[in-house]
Amino acid sequence: MSYINADSILETIDMIRVHHLDIRTVTLALSLRDCCDNDVKVVGEKIYEKIIRYAKNLVAMANEIEEEYSIPIINKRISVTPISLVGESCKEYDYVYLAKMLDKAAKDVGVNFIGGFGALVEKGCTRGDIALIESIPEALKQTERICSSVNVASSKAGINMDGVLKMGQTIKKAAQLTADKDGIGAAKLVCFCNVPGDNPFMAGAFHGYGEPECALNVGVSGPGVVRAAIEALPEGTNFSDMANKIKQIAFKITSTGELVGREMAQRMNLPFGIIDLSLAPTPEIGDSVAGIFQAMGLEHAGAHGTTAALAMLNDAVKKGGIMASSHVGGLSGAFIPVSEDAGMIEAASKGCLTFDKLEAMTSVCSVGLDMIAIPGDTPADTISGIIADEMAIGMINKKTTAVRIIPAPNKKAGDKVVFGGLLGEAPVMNVNTLSSSKFVQRGGRIPAPIHSLNN
Amino acid sequence: MQENRSENKIIITVSGVDRIGIVAKVANVLADYKVNIEDIKQTIMQDYFVMFLLGDISNAEKSFKEIKEALQKAGEELQMEIWVQKKQIFDKMHNI
Repeated sequence: MSYINADSILETIDMIRVHHLDIRTVTLALSLRDCCDNDVKVVGEKIYEKIIRYAKNLVAMANEIEEEYSIPIINKRISVTPISLVGESCKEYDYVYLAKMLDKAAKDVGVNFIGGFGALVEKGCTRGDIALIESIPEALKQTERICSSVNVASSKAGINMDGVLKMGQTIKKAAQLTADKDGIGAAKLVCFCNVPGDNPFMAGAFHGYGEPECALNVGVSGPGVVRAAIEALPEGTNFSDMANKIKQIAFKITSTGELVGREMAQRMNLPFGIIDLSLAPTPEIGDSVAGIFQAMGLEHAGAHGTTAALAMLNDAVKKGGIMASSHVGGLSGAFIPVSEDAGMIEAASKGCLTFDKLEAMTSVCSVGLDMIAIPGDTPADTISGIIADEMAIGMINKKTTAVRIIPAPNKKAGDKVVFGGLLGEAPVMNVNTLSSSKFVQRGGRIPAPIHSLNN
Repeated sequence: MQENRSENKIIITVSGVDRIGIVAKVANVLADYKVNIEDIKQTIMQDYFVMFLLGDISNAEKSFKEIKEALQKAGEELQMEIWVQKKQIFDKMHNI
């Protein structure tokens, strides 16, 4: 029997209209493993043709579903097999050309980002991996929609310190080549530890080696909804009750994502992949993870207690969301990007939130150091040191960690960088100026921790 | 004719300052588009009139999008806010 539940209807409408509940991304994950050839031009053509064939209706379908449920679907995106693999059989490597073909395909189907211009090198690099990594800065300069990710560590393999050293240089160069846009190249480049192969969120989305031919993955969001729910609790509500409230909200957010994901997948005749139940902020006021910390009772993000608040939030989101979806995957947790979160931007600008505090927070958040602008004269070796620290946190704690930092060309601490759109803007933050050079230049691998031997 | 299934159920939420003819106007649009009204509920919340209609679009000849546009146009004329959504979103979100 059908009936009208006025409270449920009003709550849903309020979540969407007032508190920015949205589907953050529907991401078509697509294998390009069958696009290999020894002629790079043929590879590029095959890539283009396959993406168009699978993704031509992606945006139209998403718009249709958005209309039917009146829930915004913010981003439509594509993730593909790490391109190092796809281009590796070519007689002559030309990864920049492949990036341009990916970019063209993304543009022609109307998606704003395509992820997977990357490599998995946690234990070492193949020839193709090296060629791809070296092409990243130029590829990011010459394209608009490409996102690049490189996995340089895992709990099973340890940390590839040669890769870490190379990524420090690559990030720096990517920023320098896009100096006219505050180093935006580096904002589309991320290096990982324990990267998941089904993550729908950029810049780290790619279609992993163990994944099927194609899938539709969905990333939900809703920091504003969580904040509103916490604010609506009676003053002084204890942590157990607050955690329960977050779980209830996470369930509702995730169920909506599951509905949208399944509908999309069915209409596009694709298998439904996973829901990534993340709290992904946007620069819009009220859509902030830092705002949740304030609702919990902290004066601002960065106050002592922030790491505990984030740990509880991250855990409660997962516990609430897991029941709402048949397959949860990706990064699933709370993101703490600085430039994409109005509250984090404010905290960083006021000096309440420091680089070191952010690093501590990454030990309990869903990913890592994200969208942080640092002085443009930061040496590449220092960036490698930052990456090494972050990878160590991920490796030892068996979690995903990542580094997406922007050494903003010609900018110093206290200046501002502006990327626009979802990438937002950020104050340039101080980093430690002590040298890490001799350490990161040792080369080789940091061995996997003892608990990797769990068979 | 489509089957009487849950994806054919829509919820229309109308809110704004109370005035004469709101129910009549919305119901007229639904009749024109062959949307069957299965349930109606209305209330006053914080001085605002709020009405919920459960409709079935199984016999509608026009698409969901066209029905929604017609209702939103009626909403503009009434100076009321109108949300038109498939019911599944509420079922999914609020039930385990």
